[in-house]
Order: sequence, then C-alpha cells, then structure tokens
Amino acid sequence: MLDDFILRAALAGLGVALAAAPLGCFVIWRRMAYFGDATSHAALLGVALALATDLPITAGVLLVALVMALVISTLSGRNVSADALLGVMAHSALALGLVAVSLLPGQRVDLSSYLFGEILAVTRFDLAVIWGGALAVALLLAWRWSALLAATLNPDLAQASGGNPKREQLILTLALAIMVAVAIKVVGALLIAAMLIIPAATARPFARTPETMAIWAMGLGALAALGGLMASLEFDTPTGPSIVSIAAGLFALSSAFSAALPALRRRG
Amino acid sequence: MSLIETRGLTLRHDRQVALRDVNFNIEPGEIVTIVGPNGSGKSSLLRALIGALKPAAGKVSRKPGLRIGYVPQKLQIDATLPLTVRRFVNLPRRQTPEAIRDALATAGVPELAERQMVDLSGGQFQRVLLARALLEKPDLLILDEATQGLDQPGSAAFYRQIEAVRQDLGCAVLMVSHDLHVVMAASDRVLCLNGHVCCEGTPETVADAPEYRALFGSGTQGALALYRHDHDHHHHHHGDACEGHHQETENA
Repeated sequence: MLDDFILRAALAGLGVALAAAPLGCFVIWRRMAYFGDATSHAALLGVALALATDLPITAGVLLVALVMALVISTLSGRNVSADALLGVMAHSALALGLVAVSLLPGQRVDLSSYLFGEILAVTRFDLAVIWGGALAVALLLAWRWSALLAATLNPDLAQASGGNPKREQLILTLALAIMVAVAIKVVGALLIAAMLIIPAATARPFARTPETMAIWAMGLGALAALGGLMASLEFDTPTGPSIVSIAAGLFALSSAFSAALPALRRRG
Repeated sequence: MSLIETRGLTLRHDRQVALRDVNFNIEPGEIVTIVGPNGSGKSSLLRALIGALKPAAGKVSRKPGLRIGYVPQKLQIDATLPLTVRRFVNLPRRQTPEAIRDALATAGVPELAERQMVDLSGGQFQRVLLARALLEKPDLLILDEATQGLDQPGSAAFYRQIEAVRQDLGCAVLMVSHDLHVVMAASDRVLCLNGHVCCEGTPETVADAPEYRALFGSGTQGALALYRHDHDHHHHHHGDACEGHHQETENA
C-alpha cells in the first residue's frame, strides 16, 4: 500500500506537520524562534558529520542538533544578549555546514535536497523514522504539557509549585533536536523552523486556550503539508517550499481574519 | 518546626554577592514582611526560599511536604499565548471546578473564570495570581511585591484580601513590599535587608532601629504612627500608641 511515492510523501508531510505544530506553539510562546533557526541550520553540519563518518543521516543530524540546542540553551541562560547570539549561531551554523559538506572528499552531494528536503524520495524506512520521531516528540510534549506551560509562563512560579523549569527546558531542547532530525528529509534544513512557527502563529486568532491553539496548529499544518504536496505536483514546483508557501498563505488569511474580527463582532 | 529555615545563607546574583549570612525562619501562621531598598537582595532571598536560586553558601531547609503558593512580582504573558483565567489557575495541576470557584471567590474575583488573562486589569490580574496560589493549598503564601502597579486604594484592598485569606486558611504569609505603611500594619514581623539582614523584629522594633532609619529616613515614621493609630483604634492600647506617636514626632 505504501508503494505509491505520493502516498509516502503525504504521510511524511503529515507526520512532520502534526508533531511540529504543538512544539512550534512552545517555540513562539517562549520566543525561541531564533533558537529553532539555529538548531535547524545546524542540521547541515550534522549531514556533513554523517557523510564523513558513514553514520545514518538522521543520527548525525540528531547528534549535532542536540549539541547545538544544548549549547544555545546554556549560553542564553546567562546574560549574553540572547537575540544577537542566536542570530550569530543560526547563520554561522548554516555557513559552516555548507563549507563542511563541500570539503568532504570524493562526495558529490546534492545540497539542495538537504536545504529544501526531498519529500518525494521518502522511502518506507524514512517514513518509519519520521513517524517514530514525530511520535516521540508528541509523547514528550503530552507527558510534560502542564509543567511545560507553567515553566513557560514563569520559571519561578513553576519552581515554587515543585516543578523543575530547567528540566522542562531540556525536554523542549530534546524535542526540538528530534524534530529537526526527522524533518530535514521533508522540508530541509532551511525550512524546518517555518513548519514550527507558521502553523502555530496562524492558529493564534482561533484559540482561547493553549490546547485549542495546538490543535488548530496541527490542523493547519496538515492542511499546508497536503496542499503544498498537491500544488507541487500540479505546478511542478519544489515540494518543501510549496508546503511552506501554503502555510504562509494560511497565515496571511488568518491575520486578515484577526484584523477584521473586531469589526465583525461590532456588526454581529 | 519552622516552615522554612535558612542558616548562614549567602546568595550571588551576576557573580556578585546579593545577600550574605542570612539566618531566617518563618513559623506556621506568621505574617512576615521583607523590606529594603532596590537591589538589597529581597527577591533573591525569595527565589532561594522557593528553590529557584542555589545558595552560594549556607543552607535552606524546607519542612518536608511544604506547600508554597507563590505570587510573582510580575507575569509577562506573551501575546501569542491564549490563556483563560480558568486554564491559568489549573497550572501546573488540574483542579476541580468547585475548587476553582472557591479560590476565585476567596481572592475576590468570582466572575472572571472565562476571561483572557491579557484582558485583565492590574488589580484583577494580581487577584487571579493569588487565586492560583491558593489552589496549591499552601502552608506558606509568598508574595513578591505583589501590589506593584496598583494604585494606593488598590494595594490597600489587596492587602486586606491577604489578611482575610490568612484568617481563612491559617497559612503563613511572606511578602516583599515597598508599601511600607500598609505592610507594617499587617505584619507580625519585619525583616529589613540591605545586602544582609540589617534589622528584624516587630514592626515597632524595626521602625525604631537606626539601621532602618538610615535606609528609609524618618519619612516612614509618620506611616508607622498611622499603624499605631490603627491598632490603638482596634485594640484599645491607647497609651502605648500615644507614646509611640509622640516619640516619633520628637524624632522627626
């Protein structure tokens, strides 16, 4: 049944979209957008590492993304200007990754497949990895949901209630690294952060609680993934960027809706 | 046994010593207020008591199973985070609808459960923070400058609410405040900090201490007179209050 490459692509896109949505909510609530950028750009270094050492790509990316995320989360905990620091890390990681991949001897690597993903080439094994990782992210978030929310609102408040905000930060870091490792095949290192942030931001006007926002984000992310896949087949455009373009279109509609909402309410 | 006790507690903030050698304890049912100028280590002390700040030296011991209700100084809710009052007070633990109704009523905001947190006024917001803290069924309620941003009548009303809550629940209350006069009226004990404990005791003792006057000047003494006048009014210790008042007038 999974012989059809379009079906495999659709399932891969859905897996990434569904797990990225709730994680993306935390990324924007905690203002970690740059954090997501830096971690996903580091994925390219992971690719270089994997190619150089014959590790599976997913393992290399997971390892490097995890190290990157831990380094950032330690550094930004101190009083270094986090915004500038994250900007530096995000772009340096990307540049270093590109250089590292090009330095690999005897390899002719198709860079664009790692930068933008190659969802149409997803194998059954890839699919198992993607859904395994997505499930791990979803379970981590579901397990720690309330503690994560409390720590997001105010670390001291979480601490006073017997929580451990540092542990919650680590759990988010781990979830982000897993997400990056499984999403690189689908949307590529450059656009992973988009799949985290855009559906979550699009969901905001429709939600009154964190949970409904996460559910809306999952629906919108899935819609973008499937819509983008169909559009790319129809118009022969690259799939990863098409998915993100659809997501961006939905965001524009949602923003227009939220801007018009007060006026609609007055009339209604 | 004390709810929380510190021995020789020293705290660092940004690599500098924020507070040194604090021996402090709070007993069940007590209301203790921490006063001190900005940067005197008040918030650092509270954060160490709740376990958010590791001591550089000394130790903090909490009674086993101690439940703390914490009302932070301010809570910035990002505009991207939708949050109703009902959802907020369910953090980090789910509460029953009855418990939530009771807590909101006790905190003086029974009608706000379905509102968005970002739509609340300053006073409503602080009361919702209080309601959430009450849902922890605290042995100790900790308030960090909880009336910052409230006007004078607003903060007076808030402190009356705290007093009523203590009467109701019998929990101890530890608060940091700048509203010296209101705070002193409500406290059993005052701890005055300035990088160390510069004086402590009953409100009268502290207000008469030279260390306290050096920090806050004589301007606050009028406020204390107000305190004594209040007590004089309610508890009929007329003579003492009068004496105190005269003494202050002379000193001022």
